[in-house]
Amino acid sequence: MSKKKGQPGPLSLYVPEPECRPGDHPDFSEMLIPKAGEARKPPVDVDPMEIPDLAYSVIRVLNKKGEAVGPWAGELDDDQLIEGLRHMMTLRAFDARMQMAQRQGKTSFYMQALGEEAVACAFRKAMQPGDMNFPTYRQQGLLIAGGYPIETMMNQIYSNERDPVKGRQLPVMYASQEHGYFTISGNLATQFIQAVGWAMGSAIKGDTKIAAGWIGEGSTAENDFHSALVFASTYKPPVVLNVVNNQWAISTFQGIARGNAATFASRGLGFGLPSLRVDGNDYLAVFAVAKWAIERARKNLGPTLIEFVTYRAGAHSTSDDPTGYRPKDESSTWPLGDPIDRLKLHLILKDKWSEERHAQAKAQIESEILQAQKEAEQHGTLHNGPHVPAGTMFEDVYKEPPIHLIRQRQEAGI
Amino acid sequence: MARMTMIEAIRSAMDVAMEKDPNVVVFGEDAGYFGGVFRCTQGLQKKYGSQRCFDAPISESGIVGAAIGMAVYGLRPCVEIQFADYVYPGYDQLASEASRIRYRSAGEFTVPMTVRMPTGGGIFGGQTHSQSPEALFAHVSGLKTVIPSNPYDAKGLLIASIEDDDPVMFLEPKRLYNGPFDGHHDRPVTPLKKHDLGEVPEGHFTVPLGKAAVRREGNDVTVLAYGTMVHVALTAAEETGVDAEIIDLRTILPLDLETIEASVRKTGRCVIVVEATKTCGFSAELMAVVMEGCFHHLEAPVIRVTGWDTPYPHAHEWDYFPGPKRVGAALKKVMEQA
Repeated sequence: MSKKKGQPGPLSLYVPEPECRPGDHPDFSEMLIPKAGEARKPPVDVDPMEIPDLAYSVIRVLNKKGEAVGPWAGELDDDQLIEGLRHMMTLRAFDARMQMAQRQGKTSFYMQALGEEAVACAFRKAMQPGDMNFPTYRQQGLLIAGGYPIETMMNQIYSNERDPVKGRQLPVMYASQEHGYFTISGNLATQFIQAVGWAMGSAIKGDTKIAAGWIGEGSTAENDFHSALVFASTYKPPVVLNVVNNQWAISTFQGIARGNAATFASRGLGFGLPSLRVDGNDYLAVFAVAKWAIERARKNLGPTLIEFVTYRAGAHSTSDDPTGYRPKDESSTWPLGDPIDRLKLHLILKDKWSEERHAQAKAQIESEILQAQKEAEQHGTLHNGPHVPAGTMFEDVYKEPPIHLIRQRQEAGI
Repeated sequence: MARMTMIEAIRSAMDVAMEKDPNVVVFGEDAGYFGGVFRCTQGLQKKYGSQRCFDAPISESGIVGAAIGMAVYGLRPCVEIQFADYVYPGYDQLASEASRIRYRSAGEFTVPMTVRMPTGGGIFGGQTHSQSPEALFAHVSGLKTVIPSNPYDAKGLLIASIEDDDPVMFLEPKRLYNGPFDGHHDRPVTPLKKHDLGEVPEGHFTVPLGKAAVRREGNDVTVLAYGTMVHVALTAAEETGVDAEIIDLRTILPLDLETIEASVRKTGRCVIVVEATKTCGFSAELMAVVMEGCFHHLEAPVIRVTGWDTPYPHAHEWDYFPGPKRVGAALKKVMEQA
């Protein structure tokens, strides 16, 4: 095709690509990382139009040395911090055991939260009993930090005879009304608008409970993300909308959902929502921002959108190998570090923790998890059973089984 | 006993349900201040306040998704999708979510939600205001699907749907909103206000989900129909003189298998009349139910009369619509075959 003077050439499609692929040297030099303590802390009743900067910055509390600095610091006492560290360590040890159990053939599938433990663990501590999470499959930290029994989680993962959801769901799709953990779908993004609806219900009834919706950065591309923001901005219900940006959606880098522009948090600005971007590997920052947003919700000041900047250090699930799509050592070069290491350093710096105590705690946690695993396995694993009786598959489709299901169950002979 | 159009009966159902249970809330596009494009929610916002009856953004996935969240919270939302043709953006929330939340959580969470929508053709709505997507709901385990054919049933079934603890899809044949319709589009319609079918109690009552009604008893052939097609079938039976037993299914899921089977075993013949497209439509399911349950009682092949497998055309609406002529021909044909 000949190009005439003054005429544009042929068009071409722009397809975003990550900075690095396997074989490349990981490079996060383009990533904006403000200094810890730099981001301002507005009052909870701030006009969202006054804080657009917080949607492009990163709220951080822990600096490189392990000090807690700036206006978002000082929300947690030492005991709470030690408890938080234990929660994250428990989650990591639990994930490791369950990952191994999957490799040993005791269940079909597993998903770790490796590297992003602070997000769910710290957020949960800012919530109150009666509040409800609408999580994704990687927020098991909400259950662990909320004191849900580890053994019950394992029973679900094994689909054994004590599985609370009767062997109906893939591993990690927990459900607990009491622990404020809405049943995980397995589809993506659907729960985000449901969280908004739940919060609308709380507001309609004049209740005091708040909801938290969770979504991964990749699934913000789904229409439910936009539905949720539309309804949240329209009715201003008490909901905190959390985007966990762990950089990778299976093999797809965040730029495919976001484009190489703006931030996920900034999507809230057009809806008039306060939109904050937070260091997701900083337990103190996650807690402080969660507390701020939850207080805002509970005071009927409306929703907040939060982007947690973190990194999925493990595979997406037991079904993929990250070395096929990103540099092998990318995780170790992630500039926001490891959430457990960072909180540990902070506590050691404050003389409230030590390497010895850490090693002891780790050993104790691992032994507790092993014990729970033994207990759970006494009640069965996926391939060896026992499971709940197969006839229960016909239950709970409806409150009462209709005639066609009664007949089908008779036909199945179970 | 009052006389009501189907619109008034539906409005009365929501009114009664909202009055009885403060957890019932109503919302949808134009459903608040204005009262809905068909006026089914008229006056509810004024009576119950804007926290219980309000306008929704034009987002069906948002309407259904938010209603699910409210139902999980403990409310009983009854939401309006402006036309059944618009439900598809909300379909993921129905097929993947509402229908399975009880099951996947083993009863830990439930979704007592009703999703209302006008369905079917007959008002020159073209291909985006005339569809009958009921098979898409009936195919999903965990949803109930209701389609009334008259004001009494519309009110009783809608109250039962709102009070039901599972998600219910409530499809309202818009051609019947103001009057019963015999299928002859060129003849005047008797308004329901002047028709015995318009007699509806003003207070609370329910019509149970999952139970069909025999609209005309007969001995020669069973006609399975619902919604608008019940009236078309009645007309066809009258015009042909065939002694048809006309069953108004009312709820297509759960389906009243026993009533269907008893009737077809009695008559030995069956004609299925459904306005929706034919292939993989609910008429196919009804055909299969009759084959599985009544094959050895059949004296003739079962016949389906349905909409054609095309989008609903605007100008040729009445060539598309399975009217009394086509239904009558099917009745005669099924009687001729030995």
